[in-house]
Amino acid sequence: MERWIRVCRPEDIPRQGARVVQISGGADVAVFRTASDRIFAITDRCPHKGGPLSQGIVFGERVACPLHNWSVELDSGCASAPDEGCVRTFPVKVEAGEVMVDLARAPGTVRDALR
Amino acid sequence: MQSFDPRIYAVGECVNHRGVAYGLVAPLFEMAKVCANHLAHYGIGRYTGSVTSTKLKVTGIDLFSAGDFTGGEGTEEITLSDPVGGVYRKLVLRDDRLIGGVLYGDTVDGAYYYKLLREGRSVAEIRDRLMFGEANLGDAGHLGRNKAASMTDDMEVCGCNGVCKGTIVRAIKDHGLFTLDEVRKTTKASSSCGSCTGLVEQILMAAAGADYSPAPQRKAMCGCTDHTHAEVRRAVREHHLLSIADAMRFLEWRTPTGCASCRPALNYYLLSTWPHEAKDDPQSRFINERAHANIQRNGSFSVIPRMWGGATSAGELRRIADVVDKYRIPTVKVTGGQRLDLLGVKKEDLPGVWRDLGMPSGHAYAKALRTVKTCVGSEWCRFGVQDSTRMGQQLERALWRMYAPHKVKLAVSGCPRNCAESGIKDVGVIGVESGWEIYVAGNGGIKTEVAQFLVKLKTGAEVLEHAGAFLQLYREEGWYLERTVHFVRRVGLDYVKRRVVEDATGRCALHERLLFALDGEPDPWAERAAGADHAQFEPIIAAEPVAV
Ligand code: FES
Repeated sequence: MERWIRVCRPEDIPRQGARVVQISGGADVAVFRTASDRIFAITDRCPHKGGPLSQGIVFGERVACPLHNWSVELDSGCASAPDEGCVRTFPVKVEAGEVMVDLARAPGTVRDALR
Repeated sequence: MQSFDPRIYAVGECVNHRGVAYGLVAPLFEMAKVCANHLAHYGIGRYTGSVTSTKLKVTGIDLFSAGDFTGGEGTEEITLSDPVGGVYRKLVLRDDRLIGGVLYGDTVDGAYYYKLLREGRSVAEIRDRLMFGEANLGDAGHLGRNKAASMTDDMEVCGCNGVCKGTIVRAIKDHGLFTLDEVRKTTKASSSCGSCTGLVEQILMAAAGADYSPAPQRKAMCGCTDHTHAEVRRAVREHHLLSIADAMRFLEWRTPTGCASCRPALNYYLLSTWPHEAKDDPQSRFINERAHANIQRNGSFSVIPRMWGGATSAGELRRIADVVDKYRIPTVKVTGGQRLDLLGVKKEDLPGVWRDLGMPSGHAYAKALRTVKTCVGSEWCRFGVQDSTRMGQQLERALWRMYAPHKVKLAVSGCPRNCAESGIKDVGVIGVESGWEIYVAGNGGIKTEVAQFLVKLKTGAEVLEHAGAFLQLYREEGWYLERTVHFVRRVGLDYVKRRVVEDATGRCALHERLLFALDGEPDPWAERAAGADHAQFEPIIAAEPVAV
């Protein structure tokens, strides 16, 4: 079952930045906006030691974790080599000027299972 | 790498490149890279020759040579010769810089000399001890470099990332690594604080042998560009570049939006070169400078309010106590810089904490002036000969909100007993009967470095001007993330003295430029306590799912 939630308007997320979305009963989700206005949502916990990825520096379609500088790909949720590990990613769409995130489907977990 | 016949390219020891034939593997790799570059019509590589070193093993004899070790016109030689003991050393210097050397018998210092040679930095100050190797330089920090050979495989090399010698050696062998950068990428060793770099280089040298290619002397800022920090700084100044996008376009950056290492550097270069003109890009700053607090391991933040010269009052302490209660702040700690650190503050609480504290930002999170540490001084201390607390407060009020290539710490002591530890600060001031002594480029961090004497002055006003001018020189010419100790080592203390002590007009101009840059710079906490930039502190609470 899909479970879309409304987050904010795209312009509420700074370019090359993120907003934190608190989910009751679940881990925070970080919603990123890149320099070219693509939007991604991933769990706000670094695969290394749980650093809040939302607070990192965004470059290209990656974010540098603020704690130890791992770089995590926004579309796959996976750390760039040589580091390993993935976080959950969530489907995103923009509808009627609002960013929507689907909390139900989690391709990240599928990818994890395939690794 | 094109030969006289343009259809033929050549690399390796069959080539005579500008009069030199290299018989080693490292230059061959460098040539091959450039050659491949040309064949791919990429057109950015250029081979300008290699600095090489060799370590030979002639049954039972150790021989090391590097650079120009024959010397000649305009060079000086230092030799040590003990034919009976089987040791010979010769170092060749030009203009106080090491340009070559030969070691016979005992070659453990080879890596160290080679490093000095590549860095091309002045050895004037260590000249008298240079011959005896690195272990004799009074290195109080990590006695690195020559240890590698005696280490066992399970001994830790990189304390930050927990990497052992065995892991590095295996990675070098298995993945065929040749450079420091490759070792960093593959093993993470030496990729955090960097204090084990020398050790890793030595392991590389031992494990990869002659294949070891030293990090190039010309060091690009990061993987996004071939330009060095110096070149980027120059371009920003000469071409009046005002935004990161402009700078990247002008300097032909390879990546469209840079990376987490070059963007903060660019942002700093723009702002420090063109204050009040270049626009700050918060998204190119590390989180601490964006949130104006220090991120902690659990994602919470710490808050250190400014206390001028380390002095506080009952009113401030009461407000701090109330804030700690109200926001349930778990830990309160006195810092090494004489301030109070409130640890474990939630990000969304920061603006409220700042509002309730009603104290200015301590900038303990920024590459900026941190603290001016002071001793009690002549107001109370029976030994004090100068009012160090007041001097420290004046310095701190003059310099706070000053961003720099890296953090900046000051100290002022009221007598030569030096209770404020002025000897390990970026700028250390020590009161004496007749005035003040200024020391610069000390460091109490990864590797303890004692500050060097700059000048002796009579009045507090002179102290403010000299300290300000020195820091402005560092702000204008330092490379991002370079502490004053590294900056002064790179440009030489003589150069600093020329600019800050001897040239009175130049000093005045430096100081003026600093005052101009700081003029009107706001207190980031006051702004945010009043509501600026509020979105980053407010989490979005997920609304009920929309039924599909
Ligand atoms: S927690 Fe993200 S890099 Fe360590």
